[in-house]
Amino acid sequence: MSFVTATNIFQSYGRRPILERVNVSVEEGEFISIVGASGCGKSTFLRLLLAQETPTKGEIRIGGEEPAREPGLDRGVVFQKYSVFPHMTVLENVVAGESFRRPWGRFAGAEKRAARDRAMETLTRCGLDHMADAYPAALSGGMQQRLAIGQALAAKPRILLLDEPFGALDPGTRLSMHAFLMDLRAETGMTVFMVTHDLEEGFKLGDRVLVFDKPRWDPTDPDIIGATITYDFDARNGGIPYQTIEEETHVLHPA
Amino acid sequence: MRLINRHPGIVLRAALIALPFVLLFIAYALGSQARLAENPSDKLMPAPGKIAETAVRLLTEPDRRSEKILFWYDTGASLLRLTLGVGISAALAVIFGLLIGLLPYVRATLAGFVAVVSMIPPLAVLPILFIVFGLGELSKVVLIIVGILPFLIRDLSGRVLEIPREMIVKAETLGASSLVIALRVALPQLLPRLIQAVRLSLGPAWLFLIAAEAIASEQGLGYRIFLVRRFLAMDVILTYVIWITFLAFMMDLLLRWVSRRFFPWTEATL
Ligand SMILES: Nc1ncnc2c1ncn2[C@@H]1O[C@H](COP(=O)(O)OP(=O)(O)O)[C@@H](O)[C@H]1O
Ligand SMILES: [Mg+2]
Repeated sequence: MSFVTATNIFQSYGRRPILERVNVSVEEGEFISIVGASGCGKSTFLRLLLAQETPTKGEIRIGGEEPAREPGLDRGVVFQKYSVFPHMTVLENVVAGESFRRPWGRFAGAEKRAARDRAMETLTRCGLDHMADAYPAALSGGMQQRLAIGQALAAKPRILLLDEPFGALDPGTRLSMHAFLMDLRAETGMTVFMVTHDLEEGFKLGDRVLVFDKPRWDPTDPDIIGATITYDFDARNGGIPYQTIEEETHVLHPA
Repeated sequence: MRLINRHPGIVLRAALIALPFVLLFIAYALGSQARLAENPSDKLMPAPGKIAETAVRLLTEPDRRSEKILFWYDTGASLLRLTLGVGISAALAVIFGLLIGLLPYVRATLAGFVAVVSMIPPLAVLPILFIVFGLGELSKVVLIIVGILPFLIRDLSGRVLEIPREMIVKAETLGASSLVIALRVALPQLLPRLIQAVRLSLGPAWLFLIAAEAIASEQGLGYRIFLVRRFLAMDVILTYVIWITFLAFMMDLLLRWVSRRFFPWTEATL
């Protein structure tokens, strides 16, 4: 059985359907890029994976376990903004990745020293060791996102969810972030879901690219139809689109 | 150049800051002089020199009966009440602000109640406080609490709700319990906001303190002002008013310093 399975997911807000009939299986270690028009429900799907919301219908399982009811240690996340704690130094942010699960959210004594040493290693890997004692406000956008990723990985999640993590960065920084993320992934073999509005980025980083779109178009009321996965591309082979349209996807046929 | 883009230099700026104070002083001095020229025993606008004389006497000479320097005695009594009232309010506001801001059950129960209670005019319940808590220290401290606590709770719970959801979710994915989220994510971000809220509520706190002292008390700055009002001792009243203003200003300055010193990360927000 697959590592992550989403079966027949529907999600509506009020009476407005956002997602419908979303089915996808993902193997452990796969990097999944999610693309689609703005407002089509990509972030919604990520919130469902995160268990921040429960789908109206259907269920999502990780490693065959019961569907989660709230976010937890098995799912790490990095948003476009607000993913690090502004009141903690860079080092404290990474230590929090390990210490927040404790009853008081803190380490003491020898444990604390060991955790700080490990956090320092993480920072070195993220190229942030020279900023260990700074507050996030002093970091550039790219550094903040590297910190957010390092912090998420310090908690050792089973899957990592990224919602347009590089969306606010300039093109140059974005490229170095790609290299950083690829290196980390090669090291950890982590299962990753990344939402992006940049197709090229999606194909470059992902093993698969899922396209979210409305499968049908209702001319009278476009809002009564939710989005689903209309294409599921194989994006390996060095990021060259290897456009095998997999079976069972809802391709939009011209009438 | 547009007016909105013109800035005074350092020297001019200092002069401009001093200007309204100087003008006020001159206006008073002239008014006082004019009145005293007409009637040398006029008590309404004592000469600045007379006020300074009185101030020195108040600050240094002990009272004949009690042998205490009443000025410092009053200051101590008032500051104690004010600190207790504001301190207790701040502590309660942090606790309730966190509970209301973080826990939907508590929010459903208390948010509406606090909104209604905050509409009660505190001075209208002052008689009730005197009846219930007596005329002693307690009722004065309670009046300050009644006066500023609802505002503080509303402000702080609102601030907790303003913490981006992403940040709370991030903490959840790091395995944080509700308690850890409250203590390590929400509380540290709330404290600088608390200082701002306390700065705003210091004005009302002084108002309620002086009102309570004026009505029933044996010492305190407000008590003394309303006591000497009977003798039309404007020199004493003005000394006390200037002193209260100075105290309030210093408290504000102190809180601003605390905010900058202990929460350096608030300087630039994310
Ligand atoms: N909590 C919510 N309540 C109501 N509508 C929502 C909520 N969250 C998202 N939506 C709506 O769902 C649609 C999909 O949003 P989202 O998943 O954020 O799109 P995107 O693909 O751009 O990430 C949007 O039209 C948005 O307005
Ligand atoms: Mg989105």
